[in-house]
Amino acid sequence: MALDRWIALVFVAFCCAYGYLAFFTMDELLPPFMQRNPVWPSTFPKVLTIMGIVLGLIVLLGLEKPTEEKELSATDINYRRLQDYKLGQALTLLGLMVVYALMLRPAGFLISTTVFLIAGSAILGERKWHIMIPVAMLAAGFVWYLVQQVLGIFLRPLPFFMGV
Amino acid sequence: MIEGILIGLEAAFSIRNLLMVVAGCLIGTFIGMLPGLGPMSIIAIMIPVAISMGDPAAALILLAGVYYGAIFGGSTSSILLNAPGVSGTVATSFDGYPMARKGQAGKALTIAAVASFSGGTIGAILLMIFAPALSSVALLFHSAEYFALMVVGLSAIAAFAGTGQVAKALMMTTLGLILATVGEGALFNMPRFTLGLMDLQSGISFITLAMAMFALPEAIFLVLNPARGAGGQSGSGKISGLRFSRDEAKAMAPVIGRQSAQGFFIGVLPGAGATIASFLGYAVERNIAKGEEQAEFGKGSVKGLAAPETANNAACTGSFVPLLTLGIPGSGTTAILLGALIALNVTPGPRLMTDTPEIFWAVIISMFIGNLVLLILNLPLIPYIAKILSIPRNYLIPFILFFTLMGAYIGQNNATELLILVGLGVLATILRFADYPLAPLLIGFILGTMLEDNFARSMQLYRGLGFILERPMTLALLVLALLLVLLPSYRARRARKRAEGVADGD
Repeated sequence: MALDRWIALVFVAFCCAYGYLAFFTMDELLPPFMQRNPVWPSTFPKVLTIMGIVLGLIVLLGLEKPTEEKELSATDINYRRLQDYKLGQALTLLGLMVVYALMLRPAGFLISTTVFLIAGSAILGERKWHIMIPVAMLAAGFVWYLVQQVLGIFLRPLPFFMGV
Repeated sequence: MIEGILIGLEAAFSIRNLLMVVAGCLIGTFIGMLPGLGPMSIIAIMIPVAISMGDPAAALILLAGVYYGAIFGGSTSSILLNAPGVSGTVATSFDGYPMARKGQAGKALTIAAVASFSGGTIGAILLMIFAPALSSVALLFHSAEYFALMVVGLSAIAAFAGTGQVAKALMMTTLGLILATVGEGALFNMPRFTLGLMDLQSGISFITLAMAMFALPEAIFLVLNPARGAGGQSGSGKISGLRFSRDEAKAMAPVIGRQSAQGFFIGVLPGAGATIASFLGYAVERNIAKGEEQAEFGKGSVKGLAAPETANNAACTGSFVPLLTLGIPGSGTTAILLGALIALNVTPGPRLMTDTPEIFWAVIISMFIGNLVLLILNLPLIPYIAKILSIPRNYLIPFILFFTLMGAYIGQNNATELLILVGLGVLATILRFADYPLAPLLIGFILGTMLEDNFARSMQLYRGLGFILERPMTLALLVLALLLVLLPSYRARRARKRAEGVADGD
């Protein structure tokens, strides 16, 4: 089964869960005076549930056939041959983004951003440390100045044990 | 109207807004040039900056500048590298790149700049004429018509996704609408689908969703496939000889005239944006051209370069018509602009022109300034700006990822949002692998709340679904929406039957 039909299957399951919430749990919470309204908070979600299940099934069962097979250009990604691409790099970078999200508060903006930029280009195979490190530090400082001073949004610059 | 224009002139020519136009165009040109980053990603990244300025007029001017700057920048990389930065400039590379190969890169860039300028300016004039007219009609609309109009918009966007794709696109639209129901709505005052989580109380942030849908998958694709950023072999040696001859100008003039109008009206249609306008413009001009000129297309024709460049800029301007007059975005990019406006407490719609003329007119007038800025900026500076194309991807990609993260963080000031961003980004990448269009999802998400509000209001006014039958306009629009969705698959079915030799009746 092709990936798009797997996704449709997951989508139908998702719609069923969503529909369960809409059809069976939401209306019990409704205060009596609102029950006289022609439209309830659950009305629109119920419509969406039915729409979602019908559309998901159309894709899942392949009722709508594409007229021609789309040709992949050299720059498109063919997911069936994912291992031919730089999958490791992409996953490591995603992991790095998660680490950045978790470290942003405790380690402060300046350190985590500098480390993120250096590690990011290192993962991609860059080894010119004498360029990477100054560029990353300058960029982190510049963005911090822009966000904190110009836009006025608070960003803790330094690690938590150094005040602020 | 004159009064409004004067207010707009005053606002647009304030130092701050002039700076915004220049900044927007510059940023848009720079980033639009980078292969792979489309206008949607750029605008998504710029939104937190625009919102934190607090002034809706300045914010919209900045974002609009980024938008047409990006289209403009995209044409530069199309011509020089045969690697279009944005899909709207793919058609530009058909004739632009052959011209650059012949050593006429400078001339090609000039023609592109002049064509874009003319397309954008004529588009802005048409916008000045049509937007107020449509606004006054739109004032007669009630919530029932608005509901129906939004349904038409969403169906049109799905219908343009291509044959065999309509169900997929509609599925994505539904997913967007479902995501929009999460959180506490204004209409019912009760939290829905929050699963008891405090973080979901205020719903999902549209900036995070926009970043996750466009900027992040694009960056992941760039990492996965290095060929994506590199494009063809670099033709950016020396750029000289910016002038084109009088004969070439004569050949271009009618093309620019036709394509400005055609591009504008294609841009007005929901779902059909700069990409369709530029391809159609190219095809039409090739068919109109005669003999030798037609043979020249694809080998470096002046007309073939001018047509898509004019059309895509005119279409960008055209796509502002439904946004400014109806408050209904026709494309992913204008949907993001709509989200930004809502975040700034401005509701675009027919009342925008009368209630806040300074926003409405300032934006339109800033388009003239923006086009002029792009022309001035591009002609002398192009050889230098083109240097950005040589930034190595090892530096580029970490920065793109970093700006994506920053955008989501600044919008919400919350580190949890970054984790949501990464999660949604992975989801979006998988959806893109499977060829699901993502713009319908975002448009559905942004329109979802308004769609439900208008639906609920008409239901309350007419005590039920009676509004569909009692208001002929609503019924007509809903029937149109149904036709839009069913037509592509009906035609595909007929074409298939024909191919099998089983003609069905006619």
